[in-house]
Amino acid sequence: MSSNSLVTAAGLYRYYNQHCAVNDVSFELSRGDVLGFLGPNGAGKSSTMQMLSGNLSPSAGEIIINGIDLLDRPKDAKREIGYLAEQPPVYRELTVNEYLDYCARLNRIPRERRAQALATAKDRCGLADVATRLIGNLSKGYRQRVGIAQAIIHTPAVVILDEPTVGLDPLQIREIRSLIRELGEDHGIILSTHILPEVQATCNRVQIIHQGRLVFADTAAGLDARMSATSLVARFGNPPDVSRLLALPGVAEVAALDDGRMRIDFTGDSPAEALVEQAVAGGWRLQELTAERHTLEQIFIELTTGDAPGHASGAAA
Amino acid sequence: MIFTIAARELRSLFLSPLAWAILAVTQFILAWLFLAQIDTWITLQPRLAAIEGAPGVADIVVAPLLANAGIVLLLITPLITMRSLSDEYRGHTISLLFSAPVSMTEIVLGKYLGILGFFLALLLMLTLMPLSLLAGTDLDMGKLAAGLLGLGLMLAAFAAIGLYMSSLTEQPVVAAVTTFGLLLLLWIIDEAGTAQATGVMGYLSMLSHYKGLLKGVFNSMDVAYYLLVIALFTGFTIRRLDATRLPH
Repeated sequence: MSSNSLVTAAGLYRYYNQHCAVNDVSFELSRGDVLGFLGPNGAGKSSTMQMLSGNLSPSAGEIIINGIDLLDRPKDAKREIGYLAEQPPVYRELTVNEYLDYCARLNRIPRERRAQALATAKDRCGLADVATRLIGNLSKGYRQRVGIAQAIIHTPAVVILDEPTVGLDPLQIREIRSLIRELGEDHGIILSTHILPEVQATCNRVQIIHQGRLVFADTAAGLDARMSATSLVARFGNPPDVSRLLALPGVAEVAALDDGRMRIDFTGDSPAEALVEQAVAGGWRLQELTAERHTLEQIFIELTTGDAPGHASGAAA
Repeated sequence: MIFTIAARELRSLFLSPLAWAILAVTQFILAWLFLAQIDTWITLQPRLAAIEGAPGVADIVVAPLLANAGIVLLLITPLITMRSLSDEYRGHTISLLFSAPVSMTEIVLGKYLGILGFFLALLLMLTLMPLSLLAGTDLDMGKLAAGLLGLGLMLAAFAAIGLYMSSLTEQPVVAAVTTFGLLLLLWIIDEAGTAQATGVMGYLSMLSHYKGLLKGVFNSMDVAYYLLVIALFTGFTIRRLDATRLPH
């Protein structure tokens, strides 16, 4: 275990009767990481989050939080965890101030530091204006923020957020995402979601979980590389012969699309520049040229169903 | 930490109109019973004055009042305890407690103390009634204390049972019904059974242990019975809460 590892999960299993919800999941989280946990519904994301936060005991495996074993010394380990479940755990009958004060006490923040902790958490989550209102009267977005404030009030080493933007409107989603990025600067963050753009927007590391297994683990940059283009789509006013396109360096396959455009799959560097030169010289009347990127969706589907992401299969060979 | 949870529990109880309604209704019913007993006492008093060693005001007013209070509280305990843990499950707030650095024992004891706090308030208001008699007459304080101790212990046992039932289900109403059923069963259990069984059933009965204390007889066996019930059911609740996280 490296010294700056905040979370080490090793060989986590969780069974519900015969059903294996989490199957041999292992990973590490370092300081400054925002780790995105992706997966379709029922993939085992929430079970993993609950195990990391001590809400669920793993059937097998080990969880080390900031050097403390969660299962052997739960009280010490839980001081280092802030957890926001899918449903924000708020008491509707309390005001925001009362609730956060209760959370601060629960997390054993000493009396003299409590007021400061409360002010900081409210400030970070933009709750200052609603501090004296009943949580039950707040909108869903504000309630979610109260949930996040609760998770960071004791400045834990690790913040675990389970689907933090579910049910929010686009503006609120943007605010929560920027809050998460901000928090990522001095906490380690684990974030679960089934929304792919969310990972692109907030995370620097990505893990994809499917049927309880980790099927992909990489940096966000690594994911980006996987998404980079391996094909161009072009439209010509005067389409050239396919053989002339195939003659371009790196081009592996050319296919005519229904709408009169052509898809040019390639390996290695993009042949766009050569294509444009040839088009001008040959009078092909190039009208449109776009580099196709794999969307995260395609990669997601490829990993979770075992299918290749559509047309790119030929070029990847 | 236990007190933090207890304070929140008590606060949430009093933030709902239910607790206030229960306090008001209970107080009204018991006051009515109290006045009825006073009436009886006033009619009997001239004749009792002539008898040597006749029952005093503590026997004729206070003991029946506390006995009736026992039944009234048996009816209302499920309403107070039903939401204690069920609501935490239902509102998903239990995850707040589970991911905070507190043990299951602290959670359960906190919840339990919160409920006891409510019952303490109820008991204090109830006690004011017999104490008001001091203005006009002498009162056997020993008997009153024994009776109140009995009622307090019995309420604490009720609360422990109610808390356990609340830990079993997400539905407060189910918790209330099962609590009520179990309490009533323990209340009347000695009415059933053959002669041999009566001994065991009699020991299990909440009522039979209360009767002794009402008469002013402090029997450590009665006190031990209530303490056992409290320990048993809080223990069950802790185990139950632990089990919600385990693989099954």
